[in-house]
Amino acid sequence: MAEAADKTVAAETEEERPAPPATPLSERLLRIGVPVGMFAAAILAWHLYIVVNEVPHYILPSPGAVATSLWNDWSTLAPALLVTLRITFTALALALIGGVGLAIILVQSRWIELALFPFAVILQVTPIVAIAPLLLIYAPDTQSALLICAFLVAFFPILSNMVQGLKSVDHNLLNLFDLYGATRWQTLLHLKLPASLPYFMAGLRIGGGLALIAAVVAEFAAGSAGAGSGLAFRLLESQYRLNIPRMFAALVLLTATGVAIFGLTSLISWLSLRRWHESALRREN
Amino acid sequence: MHLAAAPSCRRTHSNERPVLLNLAVETNDSSATAPGSGRSVVSMDGVSKVFSNGTVALTDMSVDVRPGEFVSLLGPSGCGKSTALRIIAGLGEPSAGSVNWPLSRINARGLPEGDVGFVFQEPTLMPWQTVFGNVYLPLKLRGQSKSAVRKQVMDMLALVGLADFADAYPRELSGGMKMRVSIARALVTRPKLLLLDEPFAALDEITRQKLNDDVLMLWRQSGVTVIFVTHSVYESAYLSSRVLVMKARPGRVCADIALDPPRERDESYRISEKYRQTCELVSDALRDAMNERRLQHG
Repeated sequence: MAEAADKTVAAETEEERPAPPATPLSERLLRIGVPVGMFAAAILAWHLYIVVNEVPHYILPSPGAVATSLWNDWSTLAPALLVTLRITFTALALALIGGVGLAIILVQSRWIELALFPFAVILQVTPIVAIAPLLLIYAPDTQSALLICAFLVAFFPILSNMVQGLKSVDHNLLNLFDLYGATRWQTLLHLKLPASLPYFMAGLRIGGGLALIAAVVAEFAAGSAGAGSGLAFRLLESQYRLNIPRMFAALVLLTATGVAIFGLTSLISWLSLRRWHESALRREN
Repeated sequence: MHLAAAPSCRRTHSNERPVLLNLAVETNDSSATAPGSGRSVVSMDGVSKVFSNGTVALTDMSVDVRPGEFVSLLGPSGCGKSTALRIIAGLGEPSAGSVNWPLSRINARGLPEGDVGFVFQEPTLMPWQTVFGNVYLPLKLRGQSKSAVRKQVMDMLALVGLADFADAYPRELSGGMKMRVSIARALVTRPKLLLLDEPFAALDEITRQKLNDDVLMLWRQSGVTVIFVTHSVYESAYLSSRVLVMKARPGRVCADIALDPPRERDESYRISEKYRQTCELVSDALRDAMNERRLQHG
């Protein structure tokens, strides 16, 4: 019978299952060991360079000095980190809502797309540093100016990815939904949104990183106007005071935040796509 | 080129009627397929289709499909057989003529309410849904809750031999199994008419034969009317109770061959003399269609 053959195929993989080739211990050690080892070696090289050449700490601080500064200045840096995080994540959340929302509106009709897309492009291509001073004038306070800057930068990759995703739906599936008389809302909810999930995730990963960068850039542009605000302000302040170790400490915090955002968005992407999308599947030949 | 060729074709064949052949030797149970008996499930009345680039895909196609028939649309690529199927399914408007559903309740869009199932050339499954989710889709779009139709979906999956794979994702299935999910999805609404658009063209010969047998089995059990688009003489001869041979440029039906209803077709039929004769008959009709075209162009 027809199904018999397919079932045998399945049975072979399910019952007799030869032990899957386990990742050898050495391989796993390698995967963690190599990056960690390289990182440690780089820090060690940095430290040795300072010691051997007797570089003064106001030119380049040693790793130890940076760690000490991080510990001692934590009371100054922690609130600044919180401010930067808040701006980044609020901007990202707004960009997600705005990007996805506008993408859905844009793909509803060609007219809407022709009318609105140029504005989105103009907002995107204008360098954020150039409009930050203007925003500082128009926005009610510095915080909201920073928020708008970060939003504008994170918004576009999410919008353009989402538009691309909503338009890339399998035409036969669209025909199928037509055939069953699906409403616009049903087609959006059950077909277009799930089909564009991989594109959305790509937009999220790019937008997440950009939101942090934009938050920092905008704060630089705000300069001393952003008194008592985020990490970028602390960077500037440390530079004026020639407190180079603290500058490095703030930089370390920014980098760590960036890595954390990347890890978080990658994890969300993997969790939502792992069951079905090629990008999240392990290739096995 | 199509624009230039179309008028001359029309002139040459304007008086031509489709050749009617009848191979039904044992006609005792072929009453359903006898011309003129009963009302049609669907009838195409002078349907033509011209695409926006000027290609004439179909000219003046009139076909009545009666309840319980297994009709194959056979022809070379580009003869408009898929276009005809899509027009029947309401996926494209005919440029002229009409499609009528004498036996169905018609909805606001002029289509029969839930009476048509469609199987595409590709399995066309949603990769983010499980096998169950894919088959459940037509019922979900009608607003039926998952718990209310769970049994109906599972029964359908059992019928195509995939009950154990309800929770699997399409990527975990072989090509033949994906196609079976697609067939289950088309049949889960219990349609009056099942449309298949070269469904097995991309599959290997062995899988294809199995699925042919499965489609016949489903057809016998459910009593659904089938329109099956194919470019394989052997497939059409094996499956059909009626073969419509189509000709290209412009697309039209040039032979309407009634066969014995395929009640008892299995492995032994595949090697029988009768099957060979049927293949020869269908093959000849197809060759005539192709030759005429070559003469025109030569």
